[in-house]
Amino acid sequence: MVGYIIQRILAAIPVMGFVALFVFLMLRLTPGDPAAIIAGDTATPEQLDRIREALGLNDPLHIQFITWIGNLLQGEFGTSVISGKPVIELIQARMEPTISLALTTIILSVLIAVPLGVIAAWKHGTLIDRFVMLISVLGFSVPVFVIGYLMISLFSMQLNWFPVQGFRPIGDGLGEFLHRIALPTFTLTLLYIALIARITRTSMLEILGDDYIRTARAKGLPEARVLMRHALRNCSVPIITVIGIGFALIISGVVVTESVFNLPGLGRLTVDAVLARDYPVIQAVILLASLIYVVVNLLIDIAYVLLDPRIRYS
Amino acid sequence: MSDQLLEIENLRIALDGNPDQQVVKGLNLSIRPGQTTCLVGESGSGKSLTALATMGLLPKVLQTIEGSIKIKGEEVLTASPGRLRTLRATAMSMIFQEPMTALNPVARVGQQIEEVLEFHSDMSQGARKKRTLEMMEAVHLPDVEKMYRSFPHQLSGGQRQRIMIAMALIMRPQLLIADEPTTALDVTTQAQILSLIRELREQQGTAVLFITHDMGVVSEIADDVTVLKLGEVMETQQVEQLLRHPQTDYTRDLLRSVPSQVPRPPSPAASDEVVLRTEDLCKTYGGTGLIRKGREVRAAQDVNLTLTHGRTLGIVGESGSGKSTVARCIMRLIDPTSGKIMVGDEDIAVMKQSDLKARRKKFQIVFQDPMRSLNPRREIGESIIEGPLNFGVSRAEAMERARDLLELVGLPGSAIDRFPHQFSGGQRQRVAIARALAMDPDILVADEAVSALDVSVQAQVLDLLADLQERFGLGILFITHDLGVAAQICDEVMVMQTGKVIEYGPAGEVLGNPKQDYTKALIAAAPGRHWDFANFRPFSEAPASAATPANQS
Repeated sequence: MVGYIIQRILAAIPVMGFVALFVFLMLRLTPGDPAAIIAGDTATPEQLDRIREALGLNDPLHIQFITWIGNLLQGEFGTSVISGKPVIELIQARMEPTISLALTTIILSVLIAVPLGVIAAWKHGTLIDRFVMLISVLGFSVPVFVIGYLMISLFSMQLNWFPVQGFRPIGDGLGEFLHRIALPTFTLTLLYIALIARITRTSMLEILGDDYIRTARAKGLPEARVLMRHALRNCSVPIITVIGIGFALIISGVVVTESVFNLPGLGRLTVDAVLARDYPVIQAVILLASLIYVVVNLLIDIAYVLLDPRIRYS
Repeated sequence: MSDQLLEIENLRIALDGNPDQQVVKGLNLSIRPGQTTCLVGESGSGKSLTALATMGLLPKVLQTIEGSIKIKGEEVLTASPGRLRTLRATAMSMIFQEPMTALNPVARVGQQIEEVLEFHSDMSQGARKKRTLEMMEAVHLPDVEKMYRSFPHQLSGGQRQRIMIAMALIMRPQLLIADEPTTALDVTTQAQILSLIRELREQQGTAVLFITHDMGVVSEIADDVTVLKLGEVMETQQVEQLLRHPQTDYTRDLLRSVPSQVPRPPSPAASDEVVLRTEDLCKTYGGTGLIRKGREVRAAQDVNLTLTHGRTLGIVGESGSGKSTVARCIMRLIDPTSGKIMVGDEDIAVMKQSDLKARRKKFQIVFQDPMRSLNPRREIGESIIEGPLNFGVSRAEAMERARDLLELVGLPGSAIDRFPHQFSGGQRQRVAIARALAMDPDILVADEAVSALDVSVQAQVLDLLADLQERFGLGILFITHDLGVAAQICDEVMVMQTGKVIEYGPAGEVLGNPKQDYTKALIAAAPGRHWDFANFRPFSEAPASAATPANQS
């Protein structure tokens, strides 16, 4: 198991290397001179040249790449062209709202969606099943910003239950944190409930037709036991996969939700950086997002091994 | 109250509860305590549905519309769900055909057995585990402490079926329902499981409702036999009475279709032309790990075989013997590790796939399960003409020929635009054979091609193969685990065990007078080998002139 994890981590290195190369080339090969952007419209040729020299832009491409990778490996992500702050600080500041939102959303979604999916499959073809499917279709088809504004309109403006916007870190108290993050969580949750409930229902339907479910019933086990212990456990692989990918998706940026609720998260940081052509920030955010995907995929694979004894990696 | 343990009266089961779509039509059956009753019938006879109805496990689309099922005088059909759960496990329990899929793959087998005690007894945790281990010992599992912690995929088919039996009998129910419990197992494993069921029946006094299609198994285990056909009882008799004096034509036909263990005389060699020859064919799996050398599995070792024009060579063996590996190597569906495969005078063992393409016409294969080997979304005509089209035959011509081929295999030519699911199992296998023949092969590889079929259908397909062989001079390589089937169709037989050829020679020699212990053991394990089913008598009573299997010791 440990050997397998080490092997997987090693295998992630070339993946990250390719991402880094792609990000690097994207910056160098797109039209527009970074030095010109940094210097602004009024810069003289001498100023431009000095900036190029300072950025190492006069070196050959491969030297630039090696220097850049070397800096990255030392934790040196560069400074924002716009604010002049180190990129790493900018990202750190934006991590907490995004990770908080991802965790609350995924936890709430799983708590609601998995039981819904199980019940829908168990009561296959009944009204309950159709109701779950209806929620699922709604969750997929209504755009997130519509849900967001509806939530604000109903729960903030009319009922006055939740604040309209903003984020409070969990360090300021759990109650305040939950109060602020509730609406964005509800908004995103609907989509994830749709996704997870659907996957749960489909896999459960398949598993419930399996022979060992009949065996479990033939043993005279209560239905709850048959469903939870024998069926759901066997569905865990597809469900975990969706949860993992869903989590990575939220972390790597839910721009719309963050904008609607004015959350200072990574998604907003990315959009602002792209609009301002703040290349060092864009680079760092893309690298971070791919790192998160690699880590989440590794965790999913480890979960497979723990959940299904038939899956063994050498 | 009657002294019957199980009493089924006028049981009617219908699709969607619709009286016009009955699948079990007024079935009556009763079992005394401690008695073994076999329920015999072909697919669609309703034998498994009767068992599932007794357990209250019918799938939702099927409903009992009439009748009564009483266990120890208590009605099952109207029992509450809670009561039904108690009856299962404590009064009656069930084991299934596929031990491979009947156990939860992600739970330890010991816990799966123990779970029954958890819900049906008030034992402490320690006592439950102790009782579970005792039960695992009672079904003769080795090293029970270790096996308790194993997962199903780590066990063999026979071991899994033992786990199922331990699970079913741990609460000492008076009735065990066994639905084809040995059908998916090797013949030697089958013999062990049958003797285990007999042993436990005697120890615990359990009555057994044993569902099977195999008359050999019936002759080994039954006290009474009930024969079912399309949901109706044909007859119920004491086993020896039934085998000697069947009362209905259907039972007689069923008995006559049982493949005899006596080898048929070899077909006259039409020519000595060798169509297929292998030289020291080997297939090794694994052993090529990048970091660590993986475990080597020698699936086939030094296989030398010769197949001549118009003759049938059978490869028999249990699972893991390498018989299918050989077939797949010859088809080049997998690449052999070493050795030669001579088709005509060309070695195809190392031929590139692109060169091989033109030669594929010569050798064709029919697989075990036609439901899975025919594309379910294509009309069968399209499946049949696909090969010829690839070799440049015009569509019209190929279609014309496909119609002829369908008629040749005993199907109407008009069936050409139907889909696989619109046929029965036997008909589908005929389609698969027509598909193979469309290429005009010299060699036909049949990989367990009749194993999934009912005995009466099996006999028909075997006849068809023999007929086609005579007509086209096909060389047939017939892979099977069933010695009876091998005896009926093969001129030569090769016996394999764990990748090695144990015995190879004319069928009459190998099956009639085996030299090797392994072959002898295989023949001895075949159920019902003492019965000459087709003549309604044991072999020991056969007139001296009739052929007898040599291995009666």
